[in-house]
Amino acid sequence: MRRPSNVAFLLLATLFLAVVLIFAHSGQSTAAHTPRLLANRDLVVRLGLTDLALFTEARYTRHPSQADLHSALQDHPGAFDHFPTGSLLPPPALLKRPHANLAGKTTSPD
Amino acid sequence: MRIWLEKQRHLIDFTLASLARRKTKNIGLLVAYTLLVFVLASLTLFTNALRTEATFVLAGSPEVIVQRMVAGRHDLIPPGYLDKIGRIRGVQKMEGRLWGYYYDPVLNANYTFMARPAEEVASGTIMVGAALARERGLDAHNTISFRSYSGKLFTFEVASVLSPDSELLSADLILLSEEDFRSFFEYPAGHFTDIALSVANPQEVRNIAAKLSSALPDSRPILREEVLRTYQSVFDWREGIVLTVLAGAILAFAILAWEKASGLSAEEKREIGILKAIGWETGDVLRMKLWEGLLISLTAFLLGFIGAYVHVFHFGAAVFEPVLKGWAVLYPRFTLLPAIDGLQVATLFFFTVFPYTAAVLVPIWRAAITDPDAVMR
Amino acid sequence: MIELSEIKKAFNQGRPNEYWALSGIDLTLEAGKVTAFRGPSGSGKTTLLTLVGCLARPTSGRVRFKGQDISGLPERFLTEIRRQSFGFVFQQFNLIKGLSALENVILPGFPTGRPRAELIDAAEGLFEQLKLSHRRQAKVEWLSGGEQQRVAIARALINDPEVIIADEPTANLDTALSREFMTILEGFTAAGKTVLLTSHDPLVVESSAVHRVVGMRDGKLVDQ
Repeated sequence: MRRPSNVAFLLLATLFLAVVLIFAHSGQSTAAHTPRLLANRDLVVRLGLTDLALFTEARYTRHPSQADLHSALQDHPGAFDHFPTGSLLPPPALLKRPHANLAGKTTSPD
Repeated sequence: MRIWLEKQRHLIDFTLASLARRKTKNIGLLVAYTLLVFVLASLTLFTNALRTEATFVLAGSPEVIVQRMVAGRHDLIPPGYLDKIGRIRGVQKMEGRLWGYYYDPVLNANYTFMARPAEEVASGTIMVGAALARERGLDAHNTISFRSYSGKLFTFEVASVLSPDSELLSADLILLSEEDFRSFFEYPAGHFTDIALSVANPQEVRNIAAKLSSALPDSRPILREEVLRTYQSVFDWREGIVLTVLAGAILAFAILAWEKASGLSAEEKREIGILKAIGWETGDVLRMKLWEGLLISLTAFLLGFIGAYVHVFHFGAAVFEPVLKGWAVLYPRFTLLPAIDGLQVATLFFFTVFPYTAAVLVPIWRAAITDPDAVMR
Repeated sequence: MIELSEIKKAFNQGRPNEYWALSGIDLTLEAGKVTAFRGPSGSGKTTLLTLVGCLARPTSGRVRFKGQDISGLPERFLTEIRRQSFGFVFQQFNLIKGLSALENVILPGFPTGRPRAELIDAAEGLFEQLKLSHRRQAKVEWLSGGEQQRVAIARALINDPEVIIADEPTANLDTALSREFMTILEGFTAAGKTVLLTSHDPLVVESSAVHRVVGMRDGKLVDQ
């Protein structure tokens, strides 16, 4: 008679092995992906790119890191007025750490 | 030790035999649990891989970008700014950049036009992003016309299509010569969209940004670290979609746990009574249930994780694509570097395996401490 | 072998539904004999068996098993003694549904950590003795009453206990099966085991296989 615990151990061992293989595959893939990543970084350097082309639906979502201070997506995380991009992007770091350190140091009014 | 091991194996045998009695129910439970882990693990793996990729690639983006603000809005850089910036000490290299957006009514999509030096892209020709080329059916040496914002029609020849490997960055790009850019958008001579700077000493970036702000009070410097931070926190756990998925998952888990907690039927209680009467200790009953919880949650975790890995890195996170795409017409096709963050996996493991095991154990506790003579009454 | 002195047992003590199932029992039971407790339902005979079999502790009084006072032991030790020295055949058989006869029989051996192969061998031997080998893989709910009882008996014997405790063993059996049970009982005596059972079935208490009959009523012993 097959012992239930043996069947379970065999199943778990197989799954564990698969996970180990996944980690191995992940580690190995770094080498395989390096040329692509380096080529992409070269493209970024060459063209001076600043953003991923993930949110191409509107001009004010295309370059989240470059958007001006008063455009959409700059105010609140989970800004559902522009779904789904607004729910994927956080407010820019600028807002969390305002230019207060420059206040009063410039000659013109802020 | 041998005896202890043999005993645990007996308990596992028993718990598996009792699970096998309600096959449909328990397999259903395992499937639901696996799906839950699958969704959470997919999300974790996908966002982590995307962040890793963005961080690596965007590390090459300009150190400082200077925008000019007029009435709080991004405006063109007028002539003379480059000279003023050139006088700031520590600025190594600077480049006036020309780029802008174009809405193409054929695809109902937005493109990003970017000017390149004439030696890179000859006048009258363009280089296009692979996603754009695919959607508009473009190939090298095809010609394409765009009607400019002023109403004039411009015809370009496609010199080449950018590598599909770079779609994540260049899906909607159109590279054209400076001359073509200026005439297409009727850009005033000497004006630029923004300025990219590189700094001699990376430690000085913040100082230079401060100097820029005081020398050019209407400018807004954007540092590379801010760009990187933007993508570090894309799909942060607090972001809407992640929160939505998380909330759904937690709810599903709560239902699962509640089902378990309230599912201790009279039949199960009677069985525990029988086991105690024939010589099982309270600890044996608890250990038996602990094994049940561990076996189910471990199996579900491993299956879900394996499924998620295959889903994200072999099927390009097909389940998430519609959400990520949003209303974007030009959506890049990309494969991600399968980067796994061990800590994230460990966190996921803890938050799925531990609560389920606890949910299995808690209700059994009360039943397990009942008097063994209950079966005789 | 088993000595009971001034045993009292209350249920729901201190509450309005307090109920004294046993009120002062003094009794000595010999090893290797079959003792039957006879009495109407509610006379406390089952409660007495649970005390002897370490399933419960008396409210007051002493239970001595082979000279050791077991009435004050913590649950862990009681379980240990119960597992090693007592085998139970319950009135409702109390088999675990959905498991096969074999799986039910080896259950009491699990906490001992005996290897599974050994347990299965022992169970096969018992099935052989009880003429049940052909049904060992059948799920218990598919077995007839008599077969279920024999599975329950095999389960009681798997850890080779010195004492067998049977609560109303013939209550769910017809005459033929009850006689068969009495034959099995004689086998226990031949094997040197002590048997304690409760019954008000004349077929049991008047059988020659039973060496001693103890009468009970209202939680007290009565003379026969």
